[in-house]
Amino acid sequence: TRTRDSLGGRLRTLFQGRQWDDSLWDQLEEILFEADLGYDTVDYLLTQLREEVRISHPQRADDVMELLRHIMVDLFEKASDPTLLDPQRPSIWLMVGVNGTGKTTTAGKFAYMMKRQGYQVILGAADTFRAAAVEQLQEWGQRAGVDVISQGAGADSAAVAYDTVQAAIARSRDLAIIDTAGRLHNKSNLMQELQKVVRVIRRERPDAPHQVWLVIDATTGQNGLAQAQVFLEAVQVTGIVLTKLDGTAKGGIALSIKRELGVPIRFIGVGEKVEDLMPFDAESYVRAILGD
Amino acid sequence: MFDNLTEKLQNTFKRMRNKGRLTEDDVREGLRDVRMALLEADVNFKVVKDFLSRVEQEAIGQDILESLTPAQGVVRIVRDQLTELMGNHVERIKMASNPPTVIYLVGLQGSGKTTSTAKLAKMLKQQGRQPLMVATDIYRPAAVDQLQALGQQIGVPVIYEDGLSPVQLVREGWQRSRQMAKDVILVDTAGRLHIDNALMDELVQMQKEVPAHETLLVVDAMTGQDAVRVAKAFKETLPVTGVILTKLDGDARGGAALSIRAVTDLPIKLIATGEKVDALEAFQPDRMASRILGMGDVLTLIEKA
Ligand SMILES: Nc1nc2c(ncn2[C@@H]2O[C@H](COP(=O)(O)OP(=O)(O)OP(=O)(O)O)[C@@H](O)[C@H]2O)c(=O)[nH]1
Ligand SMILES: Nc1nc2c(ncn2[C@@H]2O[C@H](COP(=O)(O)OP(=O)(O)OP(=O)(O)O)[C@@H](O)[C@H]2O)c(=O)[nH]1
Ligand SMILES: [Mg+2]
Ligand SMILES: [Mg+2]
Repeated sequence: TRTRDSLGGRLRTLFQGRQWDDSLWDQLEEILFEADLGYDTVDYLLTQLREEVRISHPQRADDVMELLRHIMVDLFEKASDPTLLDPQRPSIWLMVGVNGTGKTTTAGKFAYMMKRQGYQVILGAADTFRAAAVEQLQEWGQRAGVDVISQGAGADSAAVAYDTVQAAIARSRDLAIIDTAGRLHNKSNLMQELQKVVRVIRRERPDAPHQVWLVIDATTGQNGLAQAQVFLEAVQVTGIVLTKLDGTAKGGIALSIKRELGVPIRFIGVGEKVEDLMPFDAESYVRAILGD
Repeated sequence: MFDNLTEKLQNTFKRMRNKGRLTEDDVREGLRDVRMALLEADVNFKVVKDFLSRVEQEAIGQDILESLTPAQGVVRIVRDQLTELMGNHVERIKMASNPPTVIYLVGLQGSGKTTSTAKLAKMLKQQGRQPLMVATDIYRPAAVDQLQALGQQIGVPVIYEDGLSPVQLVREGWQRSRQMAKDVILVDTAGRLHIDNALMDELVQMQKEVPAHETLLVVDAMTGQDAVRVAKAFKETLPVTGVILTKLDGDARGGAALSIRAVTDLPIKLIATGEKVDALEAFQPDRMASRILGMGDVLTLIEKA
């Protein structure tokens, strides 16, 4: 049993059925900041909104919220996302991100999701650094019913990645998902190690990796932007998985990342179970931020 | 982004000075730079509001408007107030007068509990204690393996038995500590959301079985506005005695430290600065204040001036 965050409820009572007046700007600002959207994005959104309010003179607070909702949803352009799986097989996916965001868990959830869609999947345990990271992924492999390629702790992570790609080819799998160790983006040696993983994969498959998933924890504040920036530059991130949205954090930093860097959010994590992964939906994400 | 708050403020004030003498409104205007810096550092929105009204009062009460360097004056007040808010001195882990001391590490998923448990065990061992760790995360895959691997690395025993519940495991840990003559019991717990009533209650039951001397909330330094909600909820449910702030080897400014302190009054007791088992340090409020403002070097200059 979980109690819901009261922020949403508080806002609804504040705005619902109420006439719009200028005193509500401060409340709006607070909602946006408390969702971790950050200074620049809040400024951008409120500037846009002021312009629209000036033009259309909405009477009710609900109408203003509706305008804001539109502005926010529009930031996620409607164009359908590219397909997940490359026509060339196997597809190679790489999980990247800072420590503890949910990479290994999401790798397991992805394996399960793709297997349920009828694909042959294999996992690669290229986090050879953190204590028991390999065992953790092996357990996820069991839950998803897929093989896990690994070497012992302390092995070269690029070598494990290479093994995984080769195994995927040899066993004619559709998809190989490679988990990597958590690393802070400001550690250049660790970022270089990640680039090496990519280079080694490309030796076998020059067009790989086909997806590089940056896993961002929804509780992350403004640092998420720096994370995305550096990982994007280092390994050409293709999409974001926003995890832990089952908590009270709204994950607003992901909207800022989308707005400022163009990296799309494609999936959300909503729990610790194998099926707790959902496609990202801009409408419900924005509604959650605005407290609906 | 605001690597140099003082410079920014200086420019703001210079612009104002051109119109003549600095007024109280100018100070308020100047504090917008500070506000932006604090929000970018992830300090909670409401905490920023309260904090700035204090700073404003202080700044207007003093003669900094007359001074030649009002920007430095304002920044000094901001920094001092920040440091004071975060507690002026280093807070230590309290040891029970009647051992064993029981320390629980609790917090959200992935915040760094297991790693910090091992780090703290190592630190205490180096201080001449005889620690023991209890693995009670029976949920996350390989969580027990993780603690056991770390235990082996640092030479500290890990208590765990298949099939036991977390409540039974802490009891087991307690009994084994007596048999093994250990004087500190460190309990690594499963990550949980503060709104997960069932799992929060599990911690309460564990502490009923084996009461805590210290309950340390482990918080990721990259946490944004949610930090306050999390810390409040944990404190309402458990006798939390302090915070371990982790992943400070990153470049997050760590405003969560200030938010938590301001809202819950919990002291930050330790900071973690790396993945290796010795990356644990005492928390220094003044250094954290500078970090939140993103201006370490500038402050040393002011101190010398
Ligand atoms: N509530 C919740 N917990 C999650 C979610 N995703 C992952 N977790 C939990 O977050 C913690 C960290 O997840 P991991 O998958 O180990 O994270 P990681 O990024 O692989 O961590 P490192 O490899 O150590 O950097 C675990 O306790 C997971 O069960 C989610 O969507 N919701
Ligand atoms: N860079 C850095 N990484 C850290 C620090 N503390 C912990 N980590 C890493 O953060 C990740 C999560 O740490 P854990 O100790 O497994 O976190 P936890 O809270 O026990 O996670 P769950 O049990 O899944 O809830 C791991 O990759 C750790 O190596 C730190 O101070 N700096
Ligand atoms: Mg992992
Ligand atoms: Mg743990």
